[in-house]
Amino acid sequence: MSELLISILLVIGSFFMLVAGLGMLRMPDLFLRMSCSTKAATIGVGTLMFALALYFEDLGVATRALATICFIFLTVPVGAHRIGRIAYLVGVRLWEGTITDELKGVYPADACMPFGQECLIPDMDAQEVSTDIEESPK
Amino acid sequence: MILQATINYIVFPLLSLTLVLGFIRLLLGPTLPDRIIAFELISITAAGIIVVSAITTDQAVLLDVASAWAIISFLSVIAFSYYIEKWRGRP
Repeated sequence: MSELLISILLVIGSFFMLVAGLGMLRMPDLFLRMSCSTKAATIGVGTLMFALALYFEDLGVATRALATICFIFLTVPVGAHRIGRIAYLVGVRLWEGTITDELKGVYPADACMPFGQECLIPDMDAQEVSTDIEESPK
Repeated sequence: MILQATINYIVFPLLSLTLVLGFIRLLLGPTLPDRIIAFELISITAAGIIVVSAITTDQAVLLDVASAWAIISFLSVIAFSYYIEKWRGRP
């Protein structure tokens, strides 16, 4: 019975991890990818840790697993928020189907670099991304 | 018995597939923040793999490894975002 419960929890957790990976590959935008990966991966790792705490049936292990779950639930959204804010400031273009952009006009114009201009980060190939967005069907 | 079979035939393949998907995004992500997000997903999946390995090998010590791994991945994400923020104003 306990093995069955642990197996079900493990399958649920790994399924959530797979959903995070699929969203990471298939979502059209950095911000959508980020929401997908953070939520699904947090729930997935939390469920795996919970299964581990059920498997060992030890107070110390359960406490450490719970502390790790709390740590992951606290830190992963913080990191995602910071990456998202920096990406918006650097000028990563939103998906064209995005309805609301509440940060538009919040930052001054020199703080927010438009994506079409020359990019300061050498990895961001602005030309390639902009043509990719323009060629997609409306 | 059913636990071992489940881990071998379902859980490890799903987690490995997640690693592969994250690595594809890491390779072809158009911008640098995309790659950082993919890297974060890969490190979280690695923490999950460590947790499942703790169940298969019956070693509770691996849980400490997983928690330390989570701490280090969070620090790496924060450091990456810090350095992008510093690069932003450079001509």
